[in-house]
Amino acid sequence: MAEVEETLKRIQTHKGVIGTIVVNAEGIPIRTTLDNSTTVQYAGLLHQLTIKARSTVRDIDPQNDLTFLRIRSKKHEIMVAPDKEYLLIVIQNPSE
Amino acid sequence: MASKRPKSTASNKGKEKKNNAASPIESVGSAHPDNIFPMVLTSATQELFGCRADEDVTGDNPYKLLRREDIVQDMKTRAAVSDFSPVKQAVLDYPGEEMLLVFDRDFTYGQSFYLVLTVDAMERMLRPPEPETEEAQEDESEDMLMPTTPVPQPWVPLGSDKEIEDEIYRDSRPRLKYRISRLRREFGAPVVFSDRSAAETKDAFMECASYEDKSFSLREMEGSRGVQAIPDVKAASTQTKWTYPKNMCTQYEPRQLSEKEKNKCLQSKKLKNFVQSVAIRFELAIQQNEIMDVFFNDWASLSEEDGAFGGKADTHLKEYQSFTDLHHSREKTISHINWHPTITGVIAVAMTERLSFEERICGATKLVLNPSLILFWSFSDPINPQLMLECPDDVLSFEFCPSDPNIIVGGCMNGQVVLWDISAHVDRLQGTRSGGGGKNMANDTAAYQGFESKHENETPVVRYCAVSGIDSGHKAPITDIQWLPESFEVSRTGVPLENKTGICVQIVTCAPDCSVMIWDIRVPRVATHSLGEERKQKMEDRPLNNPHCAANPFKHLDLSWKPLMKVSLPKIDTSGEYSPYKFCMRHNRSDSQVATVHSERSEVPDYSLLRVPSAKQLKTMEDICTKFYVGTEDGEMVYTDWKMEKDNESGKLFSPKPSHRYIVHDGTVNTVCRSPFFEDIILTVGGWRFAIWKEGVMNGPIFLSQYSQTRCTTGCWSGSRPGVFFIGKEDGNIEVWDILEKTHEPSQVQTITTARITSIKPWIVSSKQHLLAISDHCGTLHILEIPWTLRSHSGNEKQSISKYFDKEVERLIYFEKRQEMREKEKKDKEAEEQRLKTQLPDKSMEQIEEEAHREYKDYLAMEKVILKDMGLLEDM
Repeated sequence: MAEVEETLKRIQTHKGVIGTIVVNAEGIPIRTTLDNSTTVQYAGLLHQLTIKARSTVRDIDPQNDLTFLRIRSKKHEIMVAPDKEYLLIVIQNPSE
Repeated sequence: MASKRPKSTASNKGKEKKNNAASPIESVGSAHPDNIFPMVLTSATQELFGCRADEDVTGDNPYKLLRREDIVQDMKTRAAVSDFSPVKQAVLDYPGEEMLLVFDRDFTYGQSFYLVLTVDAMERMLRPPEPETEEAQEDESEDMLMPTTPVPQPWVPLGSDKEIEDEIYRDSRPRLKYRISRLRREFGAPVVFSDRSAAETKDAFMECASYEDKSFSLREMEGSRGVQAIPDVKAASTQTKWTYPKNMCTQYEPRQLSEKEKNKCLQSKKLKNFVQSVAIRFELAIQQNEIMDVFFNDWASLSEEDGAFGGKADTHLKEYQSFTDLHHSREKTISHINWHPTITGVIAVAMTERLSFEERICGATKLVLNPSLILFWSFSDPINPQLMLECPDDVLSFEFCPSDPNIIVGGCMNGQVVLWDISAHVDRLQGTRSGGGGKNMANDTAAYQGFESKHENETPVVRYCAVSGIDSGHKAPITDIQWLPESFEVSRTGVPLENKTGICVQIVTCAPDCSVMIWDIRVPRVATHSLGEERKQKMEDRPLNNPHCAANPFKHLDLSWKPLMKVSLPKIDTSGEYSPYKFCMRHNRSDSQVATVHSERSEVPDYSLLRVPSAKQLKTMEDICTKFYVGTEDGEMVYTDWKMEKDNESGKLFSPKPSHRYIVHDGTVNTVCRSPFFEDIILTVGGWRFAIWKEGVMNGPIFLSQYSQTRCTTGCWSGSRPGVFFIGKEDGNIEVWDILEKTHEPSQVQTITTARITSIKPWIVSSKQHLLAISDHCGTLHILEIPWTLRSHSGNEKQSISKYFDKEVERLIYFEKRQEMREKEKKDKEAEEQRLKTQLPDKSMEQIEEEAHREYKDYLAMEKVILKDMGLLEDM
């Protein structure tokens, strides 16, 4: 638990990182640094998007798998790392 | 109860009824039910059982209970003779103790008496259920039964069954049965068939000739058929569309895990592995973003800076409105402008006489009759001022109180400080806000003119609430007046203290009588302790004993107002003092909690109740900078401290000498103005040039303009762009200086008016509208709109400007150093020259020749050595 905390804290304290969310396989957030409503929204939407992205990758090549998903928007960048059971979402504001 | 009709006599079966009195009636209802037995009782039996007809039992009371034992006894005694013998078996079988004998007066069942054979029937007859209650119960039950489906009632025949029965074919006699038998051995015996002619024997065969059966040729004329009527039957069909329910909208809540589950998940090993494996990827990605923003559109962001050149062609200040009062601004000039801090579209100008000092003295009497005014203009009404403040003398400078915009303080020509309170007229000012409503207002008032008094059309004149004492104030016209911010207050010795009231209570004034004074608008503390209590009471009573002017919050100051503190500006090098014209203090805004709490108060504090606290009670504020810049009448810039110092010898307090003094301007410094963007950048305007200073850099101004053709009369920073400021000129021009664009000349010069510009003040109404108020010597107030180019700044303009200023500071420092170096060099050079000069006259001609000879010999020797080294000279 301590290592998990430490790693997440390390990611969180990088420059420009707005928030970190850990989501389980069903899309329910486990741990977050943002407020509840934002977390729930991010978790739900990105969970679905990750499933879609993964299925896309695997449709093209069944032996391939999704490792990392980065969505760049005007305001910030959302990074998603999928796993069999968990999902880690990080939102960062790129350097100004 | 099934009614059984006795069949015709041809029936063999049938119950053996001992109907002695032969009930020949075959009508319906003559048969008796099974559970009663009609019988005749002889008179002897009657007497025996006490049921004599018409005596013991009557038509009204036909019931008689007989004991079964008695009946059995009677049967035993009289055996076959007993009247009860026919029912012997039934009586023996009877379960109960008593049997009911009913006297059948009407012979309903054929005999005069009948015996009830079952207990139930007996019960029923003896205790018939009461019909009334039954009816009531039925009614109730009927009401209750209404909504339920009707229960099928038993069939009550009304005669139709008889007809049907007539038509039914029944066997009239039992079927005849014949039994034919033959010996078994005769079955299956071999058969021998022979032929025989039919004509031979007559009766060998039987002939069945056909004949017409009459019965078949009969035409049935009448027939009877049984018909059963049934209700109308109709068959219909329909096809329906099957509508299936579809979801219109869903309201849902996100699923969430409980704390325990979350902790469990967090503790799990899988999560640990996941996070550790994934963290590396994240670090990589995050660092990539930190290093550089790859998606940053350089091309698009470039254009933002170019927009200033290409885009908007309109760079001129557009005239928005101008105000001139026909009555009051003739022969007058405007000395000071101030925008109302809270009400948009309201601006106040101070009108002063356009006379020189001598003319004033000559026309003093006329001046007394013509009162000086401060006019409030509103955009909605360009002709009539909204409010007029009466002043005791021409006001050269006035300011709104930052914490309470209804209090205005002004400094007069005669050295008095004046206070006004316009809270009574704020509604009037607010009602006539930003323009467009002006014409409508006029229409409205025109309509109501007949009804309302003419009051509404006249501009109200507000008299001042308090003036300072003539002796105790300045001896020269007050040229600059400012409020101290509400974060701190100053004690009698100039030490900044914490301001517990949270509002601005102190004013700083300066006048060319070589003094800067600090005033307090609160009730002054009594210095003497001897009369302490009495005086205090008197002072407290005074506000109550105010018969008139109840709305004068500053009655305690009127005519007796003395300054709290007086700061003199002794000259640094010589004796005498500087005569300040304008000054500028640092924006000391400390984060005292008291100030923030009080700033949320919306009510107007009662000034007469405020007292100047003793210096010991309040906390000294360490981080307030008490130094300020003063621009003098002679064109000098003085940097001094207002905190009093104690003279060690005499113990008296005196003002310290200013730390720095610069002579930069050739005329009176008419503007000392701090930049709204930088705390330490000050613009001073005076004479024919202006200068920009940085507080802390004591070497000199960091920017000095070149001498211009016309005098600079006033200047101010732009409110929206850090590098832009406006300079007003003597010939009515406005120079727009943009340091980023050009530093040797103004980026724009615009002619506003023909008279000299007396004051400029910018104001930001909204992000789309920035206004500039310019007043001129004729007494006209011009409001100009600042174009887009001058009001919108590019993102890093502030950074560029600060970099520029830093560079300038460095240049200054370098310049000074260089100067020092040059000085030193010069000195060294001079010293050397001196030395050479002193050395030369010692030598005479011969000595010089000798020396020259010696030098030549040395030279030859050296030449030989060199050539030898080089191998060019052979040894001689």
